[in-house]
Amino acid sequence: MNWTLLIFYLVSAVLLVSSILVVTVRNSVYAALALMLSFFSASIVWIMIEAEFLAISLVLVYVGAVMVLFLFVVMMLDINFERIRQGFWKYSPAALGVGVLMVLELSAVLLSRKADFDKLVGPKPIQAGSSNIEQLGLQVYSNYILPLELAAVVLLVAIVAAISLTLRKKKLSKYVDPAKQIAIRREDRVRLVKGRSS
Amino acid sequence: MISPWNSADLTFLKPELWLLCSACVILLLDLVSKDQRKAVTHWLSLLSLGIAAILVLAGGVKSPQIVFSGMYVVDQLSGLLKFGSACLVGLVLIYGRQYFIDRSMLTGEVYVLSLFGLLGMFVMTSAFSFLTLYMGLELLSLSLYAMVALRKDDSLAIEASMKYFILGALASGMLLYGMSMLYGATGSLHLSEVSARIAQGQTSRDFLVLGLIFIVAGIAFKLGTVPFHMWVPDVYQGAPTPITMLIGSAPKLAAVAFVIRLLVQGLPAAFVDWQSMLIVLSVASIVVGNVAAIAQQNIKRMLAYSTISHMGFMLLGLIAGDAGGVAASIFYALVYSFTTISGFGILLSLTRTGFESDNLANFKGLVKRSPWLALMMLMVMFSMAGIPAFVGFFAKLSVISAIVSHGFVWLAVLAVAFSLIGAFYYLRVVKVMFFDDSDLDVVDSPFSLKCFVSVNALLLLVAGLIPQPFLSICADAVNLSLLG
Repeated sequence: MNWTLLIFYLVSAVLLVSSILVVTVRNSVYAALALMLSFFSASIVWIMIEAEFLAISLVLVYVGAVMVLFLFVVMMLDINFERIRQGFWKYSPAALGVGVLMVLELSAVLLSRKADFDKLVGPKPIQAGSSNIEQLGLQVYSNYILPLELAAVVLLVAIVAAISLTLRKKKLSKYVDPAKQIAIRREDRVRLVKGRSS
Repeated sequence: MISPWNSADLTFLKPELWLLCSACVILLLDLVSKDQRKAVTHWLSLLSLGIAAILVLAGGVKSPQIVFSGMYVVDQLSGLLKFGSACLVGLVLIYGRQYFIDRSMLTGEVYVLSLFGLLGMFVMTSAFSFLTLYMGLELLSLSLYAMVALRKDDSLAIEASMKYFILGALASGMLLYGMSMLYGATGSLHLSEVSARIAQGQTSRDFLVLGLIFIVAGIAFKLGTVPFHMWVPDVYQGAPTPITMLIGSAPKLAAVAFVIRLLVQGLPAAFVDWQSMLIVLSVASIVVGNVAAIAQQNIKRMLAYSTISHMGFMLLGLIAGDAGGVAASIFYALVYSFTTISGFGILLSLTRTGFESDNLANFKGLVKRSPWLALMMLMVMFSMAGIPAFVGFFAKLSVISAIVSHGFVWLAVLAVAFSLIGAFYYLRVVKVMFFDDSDLDVVDSPFSLKCFVSVNALLLLVAGLIPQPFLSICADAVNLSLLG
């Protein structure tokens, strides 16, 4: 067993354990921290398959930005996550049973006879001197331009959907329209009543 | 070898580009329009749908053109299905307008999300690599999730939307897992290269079949076939009726194209494996769909179970696997979606403000209240049940004869037996309309809605009396696309 393989198994074990922790820990801040750890381990695995740029962007974007934002949301909103997750422990035996059954079935199929997995070939090693980022940029903006643009459309739809689902045109603030305020006339506000002096 | 991308490929993308641009323009115009009835948005959306349909027809090609470095294919099959889905979305907008106005749900998002959803369907029908297939699917699904939840204060709709979203995300995850395994086994995302490499026999077969299981499970979720059908009745019942109509019609055309691209064109070498999986899905859907529909009193739930059984019938053609079977499947999908949409259109004509009319009892004595609509509903139900002289009969006949020619006689007998059981609940609607008395009011629906619904339903009869041109259009499209 060489070092690369050892590191791979170690990092994968951390990835698996931290991912399980994300859904099982009771404290949602701990869950967010465990998610950060699992992202970080995943980025190490990506570095090992020579996808350095993706690994760095995973750390920068998800660990650096998205998860910090998420932590802010968890801390600022007073959401009782325990109440939301009430059903979790109730249904977990059934879910665990189904999951274990699936693992057993898959391993039974794969181990029962000699599977021809040795036919699988890994990716070709990248030649020295070629830049990962340069290759990625060239591919994404030429051969993969169509999926890239479609991803942009998906994001646009996500924005439209998120706004239409959360925007409620209810007027909550006591706000005065300046245009109406300026256009007001004396007759609208003051009514002169002839008083009778006695 | 896949040719690299060049800008001439854009000419094959005219309908999609038009749809994208017009959806963005309508999104912006809707922001500044003050009109409560959204007349400008409505007519512009219909206009852009019409132009998109014309562009699809004008861009028809004789032989398949693979463009964007193997990511996208334009052929007769995609042209036919794109034209059909553009028409269906247009009909949804026409039928649904009064419903949305009555319930003050008419927002610009309905139109914009429908157009983006249609763009997703276009991409799904023409995608030729795992990446574009998935992007198209997500574009369609995201638009639909949001539209189900449009009525924000209706807990049933929110529940339906959550179920749809979570199960849809799970299905997408399964699909991606399967696609990643196929990528691992073949080293390519392009369907043409995937099929070529499998044919060369250089890949691990066990790994391939493992990936295939996940892909078929993901597809079954999206199609709503048993045993992955649990979301269908809840979503159909919970969503606003026009949105149910949208979910039940045009996306099914995109889904059949998705299955054809992925399985028939991408994995022909694994035909034996996915054929047996599809047989299980199809038999289970036909049995469960038809039996469970009998117990439903809510007509939207009943139509949901009927959709499940129709999807099972549609898969029968793919089980045959040859060009004739694929053509039969496409014909079935087209007939099913146009029949369903006219059924929902009639359902919509019976609704009023504050009255949903989605119960079977609301159809009581319809013949006295609106004889014309009752006659139209009779034709829709006869067509769905597959009674001769209506086009639904020829759809069922073509898929069943396709599998019989491949020796699946037991499957054909089972399909016929369960479509007889299915005829019970379709005819029950007819019985309720014609022979039960009711004290409900006279139906008063807009004339334009009645016109479109009538033309839609009468087409089912016309296509049933002269089915040959429609059948040959499907057969030609498949022959030119799969063999050419």
